[in-house]
Amino acid sequence: MEEVSQLKNMSLNEEFRALKKGKSKWKQIKEQKVLIMMAFPFVIWLIIFRYLPILGWTMAFQDYKPQNGFFEQEWVGFDHFIELFQDQMFHQALRNTLGMGFLGLIFGFLASITFALLINELRFKKFKRFTQTVSYLPHFVSWVIVANLVTTMLATDGAVNQLLVFLGILDDPVHFMAQPRMFWGIVTAAEVWKSTGWGAIIYLAAMAGIDPGLYEAAQVDGANRLQRIIHVTLPGIRPTIIVLLIMSIGNVINIGFERQMLLGNNIVANQALVIERYALDYGIGLFRFSYGTAVGIFRSMISIILIFIANGFAKKIGEGRIM
Amino acid sequence: MKGLKRITAFDIFLVIFFILVCIVTLYPFLHVLALSLNDATDAVKGGIHIIPREFTLDNYRHIFSTNTALPRAFLNSVLRTVIGTATGVMSCAILAYTLSRKHFMFRKSISMLLVFTMYISGGLIPEFLLIRNLGLVNRFAVYIIPGLISAFNVIVIRSFMDGLPDALEESAKMDGANDFTIFLKIILPLCLPVIATVALFIAVGQWNSWFDTYLYARNNESLTTLQFELMKILEDANITVSQVNSQNAQQLMNRVSPTSVRMAITIIATVPILLVYPFLQKYFVTGLTIGAVKS
Repeated sequence: MEEVSQLKNMSLNEEFRALKKGKSKWKQIKEQKVLIMMAFPFVIWLIIFRYLPILGWTMAFQDYKPQNGFFEQEWVGFDHFIELFQDQMFHQALRNTLGMGFLGLIFGFLASITFALLINELRFKKFKRFTQTVSYLPHFVSWVIVANLVTTMLATDGAVNQLLVFLGILDDPVHFMAQPRMFWGIVTAAEVWKSTGWGAIIYLAAMAGIDPGLYEAAQVDGANRLQRIIHVTLPGIRPTIIVLLIMSIGNVINIGFERQMLLGNNIVANQALVIERYALDYGIGLFRFSYGTAVGIFRSMISIILIFIANGFAKKIGEGRIM
Repeated sequence: MKGLKRITAFDIFLVIFFILVCIVTLYPFLHVLALSLNDATDAVKGGIHIIPREFTLDNYRHIFSTNTALPRAFLNSVLRTVIGTATGVMSCAILAYTLSRKHFMFRKSISMLLVFTMYISGGLIPEFLLIRNLGLVNRFAVYIIPGLISAFNVIVIRSFMDGLPDALEESAKMDGANDFTIFLKIILPLCLPVIATVALFIAVGQWNSWFDTYLYARNNESLTTLQFELMKILEDANITVSQVNSQNAQQLMNRVSPTSVRMAITIIATVPILLVYPFLQKYFVTGLTIGAVKS
């Protein structure tokens, strides 16, 4: 009897939880059959399209031949991985991937945060909204289009060259896209151009959550605008920055090859080779499925390691934050 | 900070800075637009910025009359964007709904299943082989089914739904509604900002994608997409990076040049996004803000 009166005071959810303990699984399933039917197809989808491929990792330890069944494959252990680590081209690809990945990360963060900080200080509302709308635009266009724009702007008769010659910085136009040393910089610049406006949104949302009282207090203490930015705004978005930083560091090695492929050409091929491209060319391209899978596994492993390192690092800083 | 106080040097600096930002952002688009509307042989002389010197629609006419793949590509891009977005949004929303119901017996297990996929993925080759084995190669469904669920989108929608009051579901259940009806008639309409945001993400992804065409429908003219066609043209242009001079000579003999055609296709591929996105802007800014705060 006590149980029933207790139940009367609980909400629906608590009731379910209390009753659940005494219920058999089948009864539960029957009660929640609509929910289960709603979720079921998508769980199947997850298993097929996300988990089955992971089973494919076993291919990396075999000498996979499509015509044989799973049990008829020859096992070669870590041979593919050993071959991978000894390949010069792979080392080049790794260097390029990490290089461009971290460059993009660092400059991307600097640009987005700076952009957000500055936009936050802009006081003319209409202009502010216009600028923001404009700044999101590059994010929505595809890399194919962006590559096209970049190629056009950096051509020998393009706007950038014209500007630099006009300003006297250059004597003759430079064929930027054909300079291997500049490729990393071009890719990074294109990324910054494409994603700064969009990346700033999250920081702006975080800034909106900062207590205005803090700004007033700082003003009372005599802080000027720059000081208010450094001592109120920046610390206010620090948690956001750190979370995004961790997620981004884990993804550094996952930069696809899309932008490098679209912006690159034969002359800068060595600088443009990234791991995904390497897997495509030397894996699928040569029908070496096992080898390509090994590359993919390596990528996932590095990604996880990077995330753990970043997370551990953040924890250390986080502890100091509690003041 | 209402009312305009004294305008400082910093304010002026900001205005100038952001004017420059707008210029740097918009100039490439306007430049390409101008080039696409400019006569090809005249364009070679250089010096065109954002106003066409010799206006012509020849470049566009040339595209629509000679490039037989383009109309089909445009149609496919529109189709996959519309169908892919509709199915993707509904799928993510339904799954998110089930995961937002605190009493759902599989809530924890399915959530973990979902989140895990954000960090570990099968890789290009296993996915490629899977698609092949499923018989999706060279079929339109390859644009829709493999990309149906994105863990990120599900989590964004779920976070929003978590914030809705329990009372909604409780009163509906007392009226005898089942979960699906509650989802469709009560919860979904309340989630419009997030739904619009997620729809926008998916739509942009669909419109801009070309790699799946490259992998699974490369030589199939009936399945080609707009970005893929544009990519092929861009690739051709890159290969001839060192052959600019010979191109010039040829251009003088034609009314259009590869370059001017490239500009026109770029504009064709960009315009739909330009038309749609200002309208959805207010949705995704709110949606993203809410999602960010809740996550």
